[in-house]
Amino acid sequence: MRRKYRQAMTTITATTTAPPRVRKLVGAGRRQWIGLLYVAPAVALVMVFFVIPLGMTAWMSLHNWPLMGEHAFIGLDNYWAILRDTRFWNALKFTGYYTVIVTIAIFAIAFPLAIFIEKPRPFTNLYRTFFFMPAVVGFASASLLWSWLLNVDSGLFSPAAYDLGLIDKKFNLLATFQPAFWSIIAMVVWKVAGFTMIILMTGLQSIPQDLQEAAVIDGAGPFARFRAITLPLMRRTLALALILSVAGSILAFDQFYIILRGGPRNQTLTAVYWIFNQSFVSFKLGYGAALSMVLLVILVALSLIQLWLLRKPEGLD
Amino acid sequence: MAQAISARGKLAARFARHSTGIIASVLFVAPIVWTALSAFKPAAEARLPPLPPWPTTGFSLENYATLNSFGDGLWASAQNSIYVSVMTVLLSVIVSVLAGYGFSRFRFPFKDLFFVLILSTIMIPFQSILTPIFLVLTKLGLHNTLTGLVGVYVTLQLPFSIFMMRNAFDAVPREIEEAARMDGAGNATMLLKVMLPLVWPGVVTIALFAFLGAWNEFLAALVLMTDQSKFTLPVMMTALQSGRFGAIDWGAVQAGVTVMMVPCLILFLALQRFYIRGLMAGAVK
Repeated sequence: MRRKYRQAMTTITATTTAPPRVRKLVGAGRRQWIGLLYVAPAVALVMVFFVIPLGMTAWMSLHNWPLMGEHAFIGLDNYWAILRDTRFWNALKFTGYYTVIVTIAIFAIAFPLAIFIEKPRPFTNLYRTFFFMPAVVGFASASLLWSWLLNVDSGLFSPAAYDLGLIDKKFNLLATFQPAFWSIIAMVVWKVAGFTMIILMTGLQSIPQDLQEAAVIDGAGPFARFRAITLPLMRRTLALALILSVAGSILAFDQFYIILRGGPRNQTLTAVYWIFNQSFVSFKLGYGAALSMVLLVILVALSLIQLWLLRKPEGLD
Repeated sequence: MAQAISARGKLAARFARHSTGIIASVLFVAPIVWTALSAFKPAAEARLPPLPPWPTTGFSLENYATLNSFGDGLWASAQNSIYVSVMTVLLSVIVSVLAGYGFSRFRFPFKDLFFVLILSTIMIPFQSILTPIFLVLTKLGLHNTLTGLVGVYVTLQLPFSIFMMRNAFDAVPREIEEAARMDGAGNATMLLKVMLPLVWPGVVTIALFAFLGAWNEFLAALVLMTDQSKFTLPVMMTALQSGRFGAIDWGAVQAGVTVMMVPCLILFLALQRFYIRGLMAGAVK
């Protein structure tokens, strides 16, 4: 039975182009209700694990809600408390700072790599695979791996540099803010650059080759072509890669928790880390919910900007 | 003469190209290989300088044995991780295939609303609703259970996998269904015997992403699993790496990280085609 329909599919798709989504369907209208059954499990899961928790976040944020004992309605008090919570504002500021720096760093590495692997040439597939490998490793695994590499005594960088005589005293990269911060940036770029590279590669590949050739005939140099053709035609891809990187960075948690534990001196607490701390270490669930609401508003605003960026029509489509 | 120069130039360009490629490849791959190799050092050697990266006094599985002696052991948390990932794969495939088929082929009330609802969950990250998820699980009696964690992971996969499956079903020409209907295929036969083989690549893709997502997830597992016996690998390893079991044994950390990375790398290398396809579908959305 299977082979028969697969053959049918090849012949049909060969003669017709992809069929438009048809709304009129086979069978009587009554039978269409069956569709509800098909989607019911998915809808139920989304209700239980998403819609209800989402509503509860708003509800809880108006309460004093300890893990044990009764919760009490306190109106907007949690939100007023946020205004005075310097730790949170510092965490938010740090998250923003981190997001900007890491996004620039990722693009600075990923864009050249994307250009490097864009055209099919000997070994390109191999390079592509190698560059991408860290991207399939989990953030937690990558963080654990780097916590070893960065460790002052048994790690790689500091002891190896010492053994090779490059430094005369082992240097703890994680003890002060600047080296610790840049160590994390290096780790994240290592882990994420391959992912961004693939996204950018598809953007590059979608640029019609004859446009580039025409520009060459017109005497445009590589830089002029990049500015006049590559960048404008990649606007949507760039926007997408940018949004993915920004959204991911704003939610950063694993690497800061695993490698730095918020240190040195709480200077690397991220927004999610602070919410985690308040909710699940101090067990102030209501306050954690209020903090979540603030983060949520920021993220939804970003998502809307994303939709706007991606929807805008493109000059040469 | 001119030809000779251009040939030499080509050769130089090729040389430059491949040296760049090789250096960059080494930078990306070295930490992974280094860790995997170091994990085979005997304990005594693991305390010595990190160079060279490979064991010089013979390969040893000592680090893996040590790792297994912490808490409930490596194998216990590995089993938790395997259970959670496999269940997440199975359930997200079943739920998304059904939903994808429903959204692609039927008309029913609230259809568009449901579809937009499921897709829009991607805009609001689970990190911001983790506190109430914790309470919902408690209410359902699923707090601190792997089943509860699976529920969360499956839900996280839904927007991507349902979108993917609906598109896959949309691409199947209606004539095929009509032909099968004429041959007397019922609803179940239609989905399992006729449609499923045609959307198989999509199924592999969503299964791959569900596995990687569940296997690598850290924050939800950290928050929702409070019993050490329920820890998944990332949570267990973080407890070990933070020194919760006494002095940090970096040899054991390397062994644990290797165990966490290897399944992802194998799956990726075996199913690259499907991974890239998923990335593109996600990007288009």
